[in-house]
Amino acid sequence: MEDCRDPLLIVDGLSVTFDTPRGAVAAVRDVGFTLGREKLGIVGESGSGKSQTGRALLGLLARNGRMSARQHSFDGVDLLRAGEAERRALLGRRISMILQDPKFSLNPVMTVGEQIVEAFRVHAGLSRREAHDRALAMLEAVRIREPRYVFDAWPHEISGGMGQRVMIAMMMVPEPDLIIADEPTSALDVTVQLQVLALLDDMLARRGASLIFISHDLNLVASFCDRVLVMYAGRVVETLGAAELHAARHPYTRGLLACQPRVDGDGADLPTLHRDPAWAR
Amino acid sequence: MNPAASIEVTGLQVAFGRGRRAFHAVRHAGFSVEAGGSFGLVGESGSGKTTVLRALAGVLPPTAEVRGRMRMHGEPLETVRPRALRRRMQMVFQDPYGSLHPRHTVDRILGEPARVHGLDSIGSRIGEALTGVGLDVSFRFRYPHQLSGGQRQRIAIARALIIEPDVVLLDEPTSALDVSVQAEILNLLQRLRRERALTFVLVSHDLAVVSHMAEALVVMRAGEVVEMLDVAALRTAAPQHPYTRRLLRASRGYDRAAASEF
Amino acid sequence: MSAVRAWLLTDIPQSRGQAQCQRFFLAWLVFRKNGSAVAGLAIVAALVAGALLAPWITGSAGVTPDLGDRLRAPGLPHWFGTDELGRDIFDRVMWGSRITLYIVGLVSVIVVPVGLAIGVVAGYVGGWVDSALMRLTDVFLAFPRLILALAFVAALGPGLENAVLAIALTSWSPYARIARAEALTLRQSDFILAARSQGIPHLRIIVSHVAPMCISSVVVRLTLDMAGIILTAAGLGFLGLGAQPPTPEWGAMIALGREYLLDQWWVPAFPGLAILVVSLGFNLLGDGLRDVLDPKSRD
Repeated sequence: MEDCRDPLLIVDGLSVTFDTPRGAVAAVRDVGFTLGREKLGIVGESGSGKSQTGRALLGLLARNGRMSARQHSFDGVDLLRAGEAERRALLGRRISMILQDPKFSLNPVMTVGEQIVEAFRVHAGLSRREAHDRALAMLEAVRIREPRYVFDAWPHEISGGMGQRVMIAMMMVPEPDLIIADEPTSALDVTVQLQVLALLDDMLARRGASLIFISHDLNLVASFCDRVLVMYAGRVVETLGAAELHAARHPYTRGLLACQPRVDGDGADLPTLHRDPAWAR
Repeated sequence: MNPAASIEVTGLQVAFGRGRRAFHAVRHAGFSVEAGGSFGLVGESGSGKTTVLRALAGVLPPTAEVRGRMRMHGEPLETVRPRALRRRMQMVFQDPYGSLHPRHTVDRILGEPARVHGLDSIGSRIGEALTGVGLDVSFRFRYPHQLSGGQRQRIAIARALIIEPDVVLLDEPTSALDVSVQAEILNLLQRLRRERALTFVLVSHDLAVVSHMAEALVVMRAGEVVEMLDVAALRTAAPQHPYTRRLLRASRGYDRAAASEF
Repeated sequence: MSAVRAWLLTDIPQSRGQAQCQRFFLAWLVFRKNGSAVAGLAIVAALVAGALLAPWITGSAGVTPDLGDRLRAPGLPHWFGTDELGRDIFDRVMWGSRITLYIVGLVSVIVVPVGLAIGVVAGYVGGWVDSALMRLTDVFLAFPRLILALAFVAALGPGLENAVLAIALTSWSPYARIARAEALTLRQSDFILAARSQGIPHLRIIVSHVAPMCISSVVVRLTLDMAGIILTAAGLGFLGLGAQPPTPEWGAMIALGREYLLDQWWVPAFPGLAILVVSLGFNLLGDGLRDVLDPKSRD
């Protein structure tokens, strides 16, 4: 659970605005949270600002995006005051990001193994020989059955689940303290999704790292994370312990839970969500 | 032949390419759907479920080799088929961002099929089609990029229904949508099915959606049907095949213990 | 002004026409931000304006010799000076823009439909039709453009129309390739499958569903190629195989001015500068259009 004595990441009053031909659009509005050594889920529908929140934390907004915050500090370092070089060093070395589609995150003209070797050489300053051995060990650690085969494979030759395992391996190379995963398993089959999440879970536990897990899937997040932020229209409308999900109070969270079909449901019409404009205010 | 069957598929095989390099997307599939029924095809990626649906819709690429028999109301369904037969079976695609022509207005998207099939009073039909899927007539002259995902999927449903088919093939119709929008689309589909006595064939990876929508289903894996079951068996968690049980367990969310059994 | 803007940006267009206008306006808003593209557009607009306004902004048609006024340096009243026959070079450059525009227009009118039709049919139909059409394309692609154009003009006889025809015949093949590549990816896209499953006839799918999606990359490529086309036309003119004297074609002007390059530099320099600026304009415009139109660089 949240450990307030030693917060890893503190965010307060985070806002993200995009300039578009039709005027400025606020994507994230006054979001604040404190992250300890925990798995924090951010849940919301498309347009809720959950992905932009994750990107803003890493300074990865699109060119027409602007970010502002009252407070943004990582492990005691005030990122709002830090210089560009310091900020980038900190973010690059201690925070990693996993995106939805590994195909876009892997370099298509390098073999999988070379990319992990490269990461080891850049982040750990290892020799080629050492990096090679460590990369193979890493592929084994993410439970790839034939690491030698995958090492020599090109990104387009491996399946989505395999690709996401490789991404997790790459992200673990700099031994980050925080991983931000944006819909890391949404493109995967349900059974593969479970295996990839189990792997991520084990890797986090081994390194003692924290996780921000961004997803549209409320049930998945609640079953995987310790705590859940529910976002709507750029704001956090509710923060819940994962176990108390079914005691959610905000009508949006409750509506979201109710409108999902269930395997053991009766096939009757689903309750739909009636959006109250007051939620977005 | 079963006279009540709307759709009958027996011994269907689909392969892409020839000889040793051929890829067998569907190795063996067979099922039948009663007229007015709703039938689910469940499976993970590579199971061949979408290929079965595309074979039914007659939109496989020319390189595909199809064996076996597909019939609709007793009439054979070949890849090249008369326009009148196409009219009776329509398809709704998974990705509402990809299934509408980006340079055509809603007006043209709905009007073109109606015109091609020789229907009259196109203007009022477009209006009715829009209100039928819960959209205002003011949507008529918008481009797809001006619509949300849910609105696009409603347009795609309206496009399928404007030429008054008997059978609607649904390829993951809500997997690209938010859950709250999914609920609206699923309710809409159920209502349209009741009102127009439609027959549904629904492809999905989501057991909950299939359980909600269908009366019977087959579970596919690697191009083959592994189990055919009644939705009641699914709801009471009593499937026979271990693969179906695994899918069922995975659909309940993250469970570290379950993951290590896979 | 603001009423027009609101009409152009409303979420609820009331008619087909308004929806069309909106699409162009939003594209223009993107295009406008690209400084060099706007510069390119300005140059091309200046070319068009020069061609249209030539009778009013020039003192003569630039074809009548005035031997008393030979080889004057730039100044008043001859801004660009005069050539070896005493003709005003500014007037000749302005009238020459009509010829350039004529070449550009005629080549586009031939190349775009031919390339698009062959490419789209090959990509959409596939199979042996694709193989046959693409081998034909390869044959034309295999010849160097200027050499093939030279051969054509030699066979058909020198002249502007034949030069244009030669350029068009040698430059449609890349467009067919581009259109085919686009059509190949479109063929399996959901909206084409949707059209097929609805029983929409193949010809109609090709013309009104596939071709419109290929047009933008073809137009972008054409704009970027325009510089090359203008240079080829100028090259043919320079070799005496294009427009014949006294037509003020820029390439032919350079060819005649060559002898005066050292002492009367302005004779070849101004038509050369005109070619450079117009080629650059088309290139900048093409880059900007690619940013606006290329479906891959947009969502």
